[in-house]
Amino acid sequence: MKHLLTTQGLAKDDAILLLDTAAQMAATQSRENKKLPTLRGRTVVNLFYEDSTRTRISFETAAKRLSADVINFSAKGSSVSKGESLKDTALTLHAMGADAVVVRHSASGAAHQLAHAGWLDAGVLNAGDGMHQHPTQALLDAFTIRRHLVGGVGHDGRGADTSAGADLAGLRVAIVGDVLHSRVARSNVYLLHTLGAEVTLVAPPTLVPVGVETWPCRVSYHLDKTLEQWQPDAVMMLRVQRERMSGGSGAFFPSPMEYSRKFGFDAHRLAVLPDHAVVLHPGPMNRGLEISAAAADHERSVIVEQVANGVAVRMAALYLLLSGEVSENTDERTAP
Amino acid sequence: MTEAHPQAYVLRGARPYGTDPVDVVLADGVVAALGAPGTVTVPDGAREIDAQGYVLLPGLVDLHTHLREPGREDAETVFSGTRAAAAGGFTAVHAMANTTPTQDTAGVVEQVYRLGQEAGWVDVHPVGAVTVGLGGEKLAELGAMADSAARVRVFSDDGKCVHDPVLMRRALEYVKAFDGVVAQHAQEPRLTEGAQMNEGVVSAQIGLTGWPAVAEESIIARDVLLAEHVGSRLHVCHLSTAGSVEIVRWAKGRGIDVTAEVTPHHLVLTDELARDYDPVFKVNPPLRTAADVEAVRQGLADGTIDIVATDHAPHPVEDKDCEWSAAAFGMTGLETALSVVQQTMVDTGRMTWADVARVLSENPARIGRIDATQGRPVALGEPANLTLVDPSATRTIDGRTQVTASSNTPFAGTRLPGRVVATFLRGRATVLDGAVVDTAAGTPTSLEGAAR
Repeated sequence: MKHLLTTQGLAKDDAILLLDTAAQMAATQSRENKKLPTLRGRTVVNLFYEDSTRTRISFETAAKRLSADVINFSAKGSSVSKGESLKDTALTLHAMGADAVVVRHSASGAAHQLAHAGWLDAGVLNAGDGMHQHPTQALLDAFTIRRHLVGGVGHDGRGADTSAGADLAGLRVAIVGDVLHSRVARSNVYLLHTLGAEVTLVAPPTLVPVGVETWPCRVSYHLDKTLEQWQPDAVMMLRVQRERMSGGSGAFFPSPMEYSRKFGFDAHRLAVLPDHAVVLHPGPMNRGLEISAAAADHERSVIVEQVANGVAVRMAALYLLLSGEVSENTDERTAP
Repeated sequence: MTEAHPQAYVLRGARPYGTDPVDVVLADGVVAALGAPGTVTVPDGAREIDAQGYVLLPGLVDLHTHLREPGREDAETVFSGTRAAAAGGFTAVHAMANTTPTQDTAGVVEQVYRLGQEAGWVDVHPVGAVTVGLGGEKLAELGAMADSAARVRVFSDDGKCVHDPVLMRRALEYVKAFDGVVAQHAQEPRLTEGAQMNEGVVSAQIGLTGWPAVAEESIIARDVLLAEHVGSRLHVCHLSTAGSVEIVRWAKGRGIDVTAEVTPHHLVLTDELARDYDPVFKVNPPLRTAADVEAVRQGLADGTIDIVATDHAPHPVEDKDCEWSAAAFGMTGLETALSVVQQTMVDTGRMTWADVARVLSENPARIGRIDATQGRPVALGEPANLTLVDPSATRTIDGRTQVTASSNTPFAGTRLPGRVVATFLRGRATVLDGAVVDTAAGTPTSLEGAAR
């Protein structure tokens, strides 16, 4: 695997290898000395064009626990604010001998361009590009779901994970919220489908993209009906950006109150779910808008655990990217 | 350009409109003789051109060209753009108004007109802006531009839509006084805020903000009704969707005075090309679906769409070598237009070469009201504005070796049929043996962008 750019077209074997490797990485993280020598002497650049402290820290932690040298290159306080092009930045990183570039960018396709435009030959790991993809988020979500619903790990996060080699066949996952603008939703739909899970997207019609009909999932405009009649095993809430509510005639829904009433996840809606069901959120949460505090802090919420699993998954991705153990390049052209 | 002793030419065995071979003599700026091979009288000193197997067409007329000068000489100049036009078989182009400063006054349109005359590659007819600075708020001095030396007849805010319905109505009415036409860039602005590509299956997957077909179709529907109401002439620029074809077909059926154009790229390329995020495929209106491509081909074949116009939009490398969302809209087209039309319409049996002459020369000349001198029949005594095409040739397109000063062709690396062998502007060869004749034209008045 030279790059990890998208989950669309990621082979099932590669996805499971990533999850299994993440499980091995996670097992090392309960030790007193969490650091592995695996990537000693390799250089990982975190190239962040968007503010995302939590994702950057997660990647930085992952790289450092693998003993890589980490360089943080953020848009603020760098040449980016002086108008340097993506191309020139890429050429600079190439000249400095970066082995892997973790890139977060507001432009859909920026990671793809870095990987394929011929500007640098480092491995590229997409940490979120515009509205397109955020593959490690989907992998950590799948990893978290697999641990709990296949591997037998309890709500408290304790217990042995027996899910090695397993997929998510037969599990039902509801993804709720702003699908239109969400790279998390796009990444999850394809990965969960590849792993055998069934996905239902739940959103007001204004937040579902035109063209969604080719996605391997179902679409519902009704959260209560989906929860009651479909009984999902996992519910994944998406963050709703504040700017989606403003803009007058361009707003995507009438008011935060109406959104919260119809699509917010709270303790009442949680009570409708099967006992084993888990609740996920990629963070950061808008408490009181898409998720209530009672639901977010409930014992069946695995939101904090997602953060810990994020480090393990990113360790796995960096390890496999830089050691080249996965069979094929990940590229959306191989998609269905 | 006048010459003391104009060179005469005899084209041996050329096939006008793809019909039977004839010999054609060009002298004194006109078609001086035309007849069966070996029967024409050839003046002394005439240069012989073996045109056997070649198709002879009236010189091509582009109703939609961005020459970028004044303002963006780093992308193209009037000289370099018209030289590219000649290479593509054109003898006249309409230069769009979105220059800097905007072509919204008699002064600026006369400047562009004069630059075109000095360059001498093709006739340059400036398009006048409909509104001041393309701002969409206040009518530009359309009458002054019409009365100027440039004799503007086509008015367009191309790049921007005249979206205010009252302003559009006034423009349609006002240009009637001088037989003008409003060429609308149909794009409802609110429906296309931040739009990056066609809204549909591909945009949903690759996460780029959609440019929905309805944003084009709703403006065209409004404008044909406005044109009917006030009895005016409307031209629809670069129509790109199946729905737009249907609306224009309906309007023509009602007798509304509307004409429509399609670009070469919308005849062949689809939004699937956005998947690799190469901004060379970023264009406005965006590349649509395969169903839309089929609909515009059908519309062109049945006459619903009147013309093919290039929307030649050169950009410097740095405006395309970047993130898709940061890249400029547009692609070059002057040197590939005829080949794309041959590939999609002639070689598929949907159109004849006479149809090609209709959509790439006669109709655009008529819409632009330059049909006294351009888009004329290939016939005795007519102005010798002609294009000689080798339809059996095949070329591999390379943006770096094209005549235009910019390299943003969407056809780089692809093989296209047909090659322009010669172009004649009033009997003077601007292209011979497939190469531009640099001694024939004027000299560049500014060098940037015209370097190659």
